[in-house]
Amino acid sequence: MTLDRAIAGIFLLVCLIYGYTAFVTMEAGLLPFEMNMTFLPNTMPKWLSVLGIIIGLVVVFQTGPSAQAEIDDSEIDYRNLRQYKLGQAIFLLALMVAYALLLRPIGFIAATTLFIAGGSMILGERNYKLLLPIAIFTAFFIWYLVQELLGIFLKPWPWFL
Amino acid sequence: MIEGILQGLEAALSLQNLIMVVAGCLLGTFIGMLPGLGPMSIIAIMIPVAIKIGDPSAALILLAGVYYGAIFGGSTSSILINAPGIAGTVATSFDGYPLARQGKAGKALTIAAIASFTGGTVGAILLMGFAPALATVALLFHSAEYFALMIVGLSAIAAFAGSGNVAKALMMTVLGLMLATMGESAQFNAPRFTMGISDLQSGISFITLAMALFALPEALYLVLDPKRSNTGGAGGEIKDLRITKSEAKQIAPVITRQSIQGFLIGVMPGAGATIASFLGYAVERNIAKGEEQEEFGKGSVKGLAAPETANNAACTGSFVPLLTLGIPGSGTTAILLGALIALNVTPGPRLMVDNPTIFWAVIISMYIGNVVLLILNLPLIPYIAKLLLVPRNYLIPFILFFTMMGSYIGQNNATELLLLTGMGIAATIMRFAGFPLAPMLIGFILGQMLEDNFARAMNLTDGVSFMWERPMTTALLVLAIVLIFLPSIREQLAKLRRQGVAEGD
Repeated sequence: MTLDRAIAGIFLLVCLIYGYTAFVTMEAGLLPFEMNMTFLPNTMPKWLSVLGIIIGLVVVFQTGPSAQAEIDDSEIDYRNLRQYKLGQAIFLLALMVAYALLLRPIGFIAATTLFIAGGSMILGERNYKLLLPIAIFTAFFIWYLVQELLGIFLKPWPWFL
Repeated sequence: MIEGILQGLEAALSLQNLIMVVAGCLLGTFIGMLPGLGPMSIIAIMIPVAIKIGDPSAALILLAGVYYGAIFGGSTSSILINAPGIAGTVATSFDGYPLARQGKAGKALTIAAIASFTGGTVGAILLMGFAPALATVALLFHSAEYFALMIVGLSAIAAFAGSGNVAKALMMTVLGLMLATMGESAQFNAPRFTMGISDLQSGISFITLAMALFALPEALYLVLDPKRSNTGGAGGEIKDLRITKSEAKQIAPVITRQSIQGFLIGVMPGAGATIASFLGYAVERNIAKGEEQEEFGKGSVKGLAAPETANNAACTGSFVPLLTLGIPGSGTTAILLGALIALNVTPGPRLMVDNPTIFWAVIISMYIGNVVLLILNLPLIPYIAKLLLVPRNYLIPFILFFTMMGSYIGQNNATELLLLTGMGIAATIMRFAGFPLAPMLIGFILGQMLEDNFARAMNLTDGVSFMWERPMTTALLVLAIVLIFLPSIREQLAKLRRQGVAEGD
């Protein structure tokens, strides 16, 4: 099974759950006076789920040249991901998750410094004398920009300060 | 109309808005040059800034300036290092890069700037004529026609996705529409499809979705494939920006033709700067004669001028459906629409009547933006190009960081970052499999409006009978169906012809 069919399969599943919610769960939750109304919160979801199932089936059973047949240079051949820097990409994504989880507890300045420095190190940067000043400067500079110029509150320091 | 133009002129020429144009163009050029950050990501990052400004005309002027600047910056990196920052300037690199390798980088940049300037300016003039005319017609539309019009727009976007991809593009559109139904809407007081998670109560923020669909996959592609960010050899000497008289004579007809063609393509929903630039290049290559045709791809000035003119004219053209119908024709204009709604302005036919200042100020500022690009950016290009020397090790963490900032400061909610990462991974996988991502964002942004108009039309006729009772609505819906099936019918016909089936006469 090719990747595009698998994605369409997942999409079909999503449509079924979405459709079940629209046709059954939401229908049951309607208030008595709503029964006679023309347009209800689940009217459009009903249409969408039916439409989604039809289109999903078309993509799953579609024949002819699929996207795999013509992978040009600018696209990435996903069947052969190992030839790319997959490890770096996964580490960077993990770093993003860590940033999201740490942003509130350790504050913007520390989290951002760690993110920029960590990101460059994952990509292979070893010049720490350049790396750290850049990361720290960016953290303070962006904090100033957002907090002072845009007026959006960003908690700069860790929880104990 | 004259009154409106004068009001717009007054607004556009205020000191604040002039600064906005200049800042937007410069910033756009800067960021557009970097691989991995296209106009969509840049505009999405700038939205919190635009909302902070508060004045809708100033905000829209800033964002439009960023848009032009990004396209211009994209052509610069196409010419200098053969690394188009955005899809709309890929065709530019066909002839621009060979010219640069022949040591004529300066000349190529000048041609690109002049072509962009003319394309943008002619586009803006045509926009002044087109938009009011379309807005007058659009005022006659009711909710039923709006509903049908949005369906046409969404199907046109899918139809332009190319043969074999129409179903995929439609699938993404439906997915976008489904995501739009998440959370609480103004029409109903109960939350829908939140799965009991309170963070989803207000729905998904469109900036987060835009970042997850475009900026993050592009950045991940850069990480996965280092060749994509290969900026070696950049920052070399750029000198001799002048072009000769004979070259000017050569490119003048190309620029004239492509300004008009590009604009018209840009007006159509779904066919933005990318299609305009490729089509412009192909048309000019076909009508060029003998020697000149041979030169295409090897450093032809015509081959450089054509896509550059067309993509800028198309950018301007894509503002027509946005400003007059409130329907975005491309991913970028979809993001602009989201920003406008956040600023409490609803684009559509009433915009010209209710807020003539905003409407005309934006159009006037397009002229100013083009002038700024020509006289301010061109001389600065040799310096701006030094930015291409930023090593990949620093560039990518910064792109990722700005992506996260864009979605975080809009909501001040760290859950948004987890959502961003998750959706970004999903979007990257979908991109691997060749699913177009722009239809999803357009579906998401139009979803709310589509449902509102659908509801209004259904309430008026007490059911779906409006679909066949109003001739205009019926015609538009039929057009939508034709648009969806046209590519596959044409493909079937071509297949039959290849098999030797005689064509009926």
